[in-house]
Amino acid sequence: MTVDIEQAPPPVPPLKGTTAGRERARRGSGRLPGAWVPYLLIAPAIAALLGVLGYALVRNLLLAFQEFGRRQFISRTTEYTGFDNFREVLQSERFWDSVVRTFVFTAVNVVLIMVIGTLIGLLLRQLGRAMRLVLSVSLVVAWAMPVIAATTVFHWLFDTQFGVANWAMRSLGFDGYEQHNWFSSGTSTLAIATILIVWASVPFVALNLYAGLSTVSTEIIEAARMDGAGSWRVFRSVIAPIMRPFFLITTFLEIIWVFKAFPQVYALNGGGPDRESETLPVMAYIEGMGQNQFGLAAAISVLTVLVLLIAMSFYFRLILTQEKENDA
Amino acid sequence: MKPRKLWLNGTALILSALFLFPVYWMVSSSLKENSKVLTKDPVFFFVPTFEHYTTASEADLFWTYALNSLVATIGAVVVALAVALLASYAVARMRFRGKRAMLLAVMAAQLAPWEVLVIAVYLNARDLSMLNSIGTLVIVYCVMALPFTIWTLRGFIAAVPKELEESAMMDGCNRRQAFFRIIFPLLAPGLMATSLFGFILAWNEYAMVSVLNKTPDTATLPRWLNGFQTAFGNDWGATMAAATLFTVPVLLVFLLLQRRVTGGLAAGAVKG
Repeated sequence: MTVDIEQAPPPVPPLKGTTAGRERARRGSGRLPGAWVPYLLIAPAIAALLGVLGYALVRNLLLAFQEFGRRQFISRTTEYTGFDNFREVLQSERFWDSVVRTFVFTAVNVVLIMVIGTLIGLLLRQLGRAMRLVLSVSLVVAWAMPVIAATTVFHWLFDTQFGVANWAMRSLGFDGYEQHNWFSSGTSTLAIATILIVWASVPFVALNLYAGLSTVSTEIIEAARMDGAGSWRVFRSVIAPIMRPFFLITTFLEIIWVFKAFPQVYALNGGGPDRESETLPVMAYIEGMGQNQFGLAAAISVLTVLVLLIAMSFYFRLILTQEKENDA
Repeated sequence: MKPRKLWLNGTALILSALFLFPVYWMVSSSLKENSKVLTKDPVFFFVPTFEHYTTASEADLFWTYALNSLVATIGAVVVALAVALLASYAVARMRFRGKRAMLLAVMAAQLAPWEVLVIAVYLNARDLSMLNSIGTLVIVYCVMALPFTIWTLRGFIAAVPKELEESAMMDGCNRRQAFFRIIFPLLAPGLMATSLFGFILAWNEYAMVSVLNKTPDTATLPRWLNGFQTAFGNDWGATMAAATLFTVPVLLVFLLLQRRVTGGLAAGAVKG
């Protein structure tokens, strides 16, 4: 797949990139049958994206500069207050706690997902047919599990009274797991969210890595082995360079996905206890829908989107350089 | 078996068990009678009972929620496919000013931070009096699925040789006929991959529906499931039956079409 553009089919005259060409096309659109066709075809998609996504982004930005609480919500009034919301957010300790928490949470998750996913992807390559099928089916099942269902199940696995997790800890000989409440602290809640997210995300990395590896010729790897390279050396010097784009892009995708993960954290414990497991999206949600502080929530959202945009700009640079390499 | 082989297979087996366990535990808990669910030491052998499925499916509004989920999901998938088909045909086959910008916008929209925008979407919907409506969900889910759908279908359309269309047009078809008779049938795998993506997205969506559709008769299954857990508290057997009922449709479709999805995701998301 390339971003590059195919030749025009006969009925659509190519438009010149020059101002003159543009002018001619604009004026003469009636005379050039079909020049408007592509615009007509993309119009519904553009309208839908702008109408829902674009409108929400703009609304979110405007809201961040407004005092918008319960009163304004009911009276439907607009009061612009400049940077007040940002000032309040940036001065609150809870926000900075949440920022640190989100970054640590994202980093831990992404590292675990990438390391475990890569190891399993490599393992899939080494397995025989039957065992490979067993493992990939298990991965697919975990992958397909709907987030809310998985969250409910993890709640059950870590239930205080009857959870399997407490039983497993007891069976392994650990003390203090008679009635252990896994959701009694923010850290512990986020640890369970981590297990849940890693469990659900590893299949994507593992199966796609395996699919990608199957296009790498076995001869290169065999040759490296003949030259006396061990497994680590083969990975570092042969597989890693070939799969570099895959690793970079998957890592960035996972960063973005984990960073904005919402239902896993929210449905697990509602950001609690005592708002200790709030990540940025969860904090924005609770501030807005829970406390009716829509303006503040929007300010948090804008800051979160800014962080995501920075991450995405790296992603786009990667994709674009890769496209250029492909074209070359 | 060589020791190395044994070691690899052993690791693979343990990993398979770890990945399957939560799903196994969900299904097995849903089939045990309550005295065997609520035990300090788990029971692994039992005679299955379906009483929890009766409890779950007879719970308030289950069928309303299920129907809402189905309508919202299928609606979103169909609309997204129709809208995306037009756009991706234009992008794959035609040349026009602003195409590159459009492609970049679609690529950016694929990573849209919906989770962070729920409040803005909610306020917009409220201002337009569009809260508590399945139609609104269809629109929102359709837009969520649209970028990926356009991107993937574009790849599939571009992969169809242009000569096929041209020769059909030589034989007297117009462009539209050529598209529907020649390209459309060849797009089947692409349509399947993308509609599956949309299906999973809409079926599983939780944040939007819990904000946009607060009335019980317009909510979907993810909200039902989360509410069920709250309402049924300690009845873990019934809760797991509810979770299983919610999961099974996705699991079946996913297992059947997984290969296409991996390919589709690799083409659409990973390769950009």
